[in-house]
Amino acid sequence: MLEIVNLHAEVNGKEILRGINLSVKAGEVHAIMGPNGSGKSTLSAVLAGHPAFTVTQGSVTFNGKDLLAMPAEERSRAGLFLSFQYPVEIPGVSMVNFMRAAVNEHRKYKNLEPLTAGEFLKLMRAKKDIVELDNKLANRSVNEGFSGGEKKRNEIFQMAMLEPSLSILDETDSGLDIDALRIVANGVNQLKTPQNASIVITHYQRLLDYIVPDIVHILYKGRIVKTAGRELVAVLEEQGYDWIKQEVGE
Amino acid sequence: MVQDSYIALFTENEALFQQNLPAWRCQMRHQAVTCLQEPTQLTFADAYALDYGLNPARLPFKGDPFSLFMCDIPGITTYNYLVFNDSFYAQPGLPTLPEGVIICSLAEAFQQHASLLQPYLSSCQVANPDVAFNTLLAQDGLFLYVPDGVQLERPIQLVNMMYGKVDMMAVSHNIAIIGQNAKAQVLVCDHAYGSDVNYLSNRLTQVFVGKNAIYEHYKLESSSEKTTNVSTLQITQQEGSQVLTNLITLANGKTHNRVDVNLNGKGAHLSINGLGLGHNTERIENHTFINHNVAGATSNELFKYVLDDQAEGDFYGLIKVLPDAQQTQAFQINRNLCLSKTARMFTRPQLEIYADDVKCNHGSTVGQLDENALFYMRARGINPDEARMLLMFAFVHDVLDNVRIEPLKDRLQLLIERRLRGDKTHCSGCKICR
Repeated sequence: MLEIVNLHAEVNGKEILRGINLSVKAGEVHAIMGPNGSGKSTLSAVLAGHPAFTVTQGSVTFNGKDLLAMPAEERSRAGLFLSFQYPVEIPGVSMVNFMRAAVNEHRKYKNLEPLTAGEFLKLMRAKKDIVELDNKLANRSVNEGFSGGEKKRNEIFQMAMLEPSLSILDETDSGLDIDALRIVANGVNQLKTPQNASIVITHYQRLLDYIVPDIVHILYKGRIVKTAGRELVAVLEEQGYDWIKQEVGE
Repeated sequence: MVQDSYIALFTENEALFQQNLPAWRCQMRHQAVTCLQEPTQLTFADAYALDYGLNPARLPFKGDPFSLFMCDIPGITTYNYLVFNDSFYAQPGLPTLPEGVIICSLAEAFQQHASLLQPYLSSCQVANPDVAFNTLLAQDGLFLYVPDGVQLERPIQLVNMMYGKVDMMAVSHNIAIIGQNAKAQVLVCDHAYGSDVNYLSNRLTQVFVGKNAIYEHYKLESSSEKTTNVSTLQITQQEGSQVLTNLITLANGKTHNRVDVNLNGKGAHLSINGLGLGHNTERIENHTFINHNVAGATSNELFKYVLDDQAEGDFYGLIKVLPDAQQTQAFQINRNLCLSKTARMFTRPQLEIYADDVKCNHGSTVGQLDENALFYMRARGINPDEARMLLMFAFVHDVLDNVRIEPLKDRLQLLIERRLRGDKTHCSGCKICR
């Protein structure tokens, strides 16, 4: 589904990603872990098409297409979803209008008719239950005045609405209390199918107690330095990242 | 000075200008001459230099001006009046007004209701050259009188229509007297016919709002690039009165809106709002002067601009709190979006506070659309153009929240959306524009 080969990227002339190789297949859950500053969020931003980052080398193939050639909006329509670490507040744009615009763009991409207002609201009602999102949030401005937990639940709600084939969850656990964490993780698990895949980016183990990865990668200084099964999570939790630093020769 | 030729025009035709006017109104014209002879400048002074047609002899328009105009706001029912260039017309077949309410031509009012007008007008100063110019040359306009306790359910719609085949100037003067506990809503629409002719309009509207009265004033401009529009709105508020104004400039050439509000009674509340959408080389000026003259009045001001291309916006807002005006609450916000590198915004928010027990603040920002929000929306599959549109609409939304005539609000949403999408067709109210 996703094939990243030797990906290099920089921001403001500073190289952050220095040759990422990663292969994700349908049905898999990958975890990318690593200390602060290792390039985890850069990787997710580059995959989503954030204009601040420049890819200097390498390729990314997504469902057979050249992902890097697509603008951000097309990547989304093609089935890539980024759950933001810091969801953006958009005062004055209601969740309903925002989601309707997004859903109908996705439908247009698939040559489907736009949803009627009634159909859309029905869909929204069904999907918000997945993350126990309050009815009232739908009429509020996007993320405006949402608590940290509400913002992250809102990300997963959007994921449920857009039904991506690949979702990247960037530090979705940051700023969540234990109840919100469970709701968010529960939502993600409900959305899992054999046809889709997830990349969970985190530097804590706790989210991975709920969303169990098949493969765990350690990102350090812009490279994936270690890949193993889910047992790697426990090792990291116990020993921290220092042994990785030693292993790569520092 | 450019006004000299107009003073000369007035002097040559004084008999025509002064006919059928009470002596005190004639006297005001002379005060205006004195004011204009001072070394002062009219707003957009250059625009006055053209050779315009003026109509001091009041030659009537040959035709039915209402055949040229039909409001296209669905679902709105108004008392509809027209100031066609500089002359007042009432739409035939309007329903009977509630008892005691007067809506007529100002020229007629000076003959029939002079004693009603005099106490109000004699309290007005010829305050600045734009007002002086109007006082010197205006011969007609709308007169509205709502007696104590009468609440008009329907809005009054006044369409200022510029229509000419040659360069044309119009000077008009509206007066509204709103009695105690009375209520009125006025919607003023500024339109211009065609795009080839230069128009200059100088419009003065004076509103006197009585004790505990409610008055709403909406001014919507959708004119042409060759239109220069100088509009002055003067409002005097008595105790407990509530005034809402909303000045929306959708499409224009050069527009100067000046609003002077005197809060003269305790508990008076003013909500003053405005929106300017600038494209091409349009220039939109809103200058507001809010005077808290007595204790315990409140005002809330919100102006927003969205400027594209080489458009220029100008906001000047002065809130003056006089020494006796304790417990004043006055808030002012001006926020602006410059969408292009060549759009320019000038903003001068000002507070002058001479009392010590007040709550006042003001703020102003000029910026671009939020890049993070744009990316967030794109990351959900939304087209960049659509995302910009949603953000711009969100930006102007709170100004629209202050429109309390629902059909007008719905229509404005559509017109603003079209305008933000760059659609050149604006308000299609005038048949001639369609």
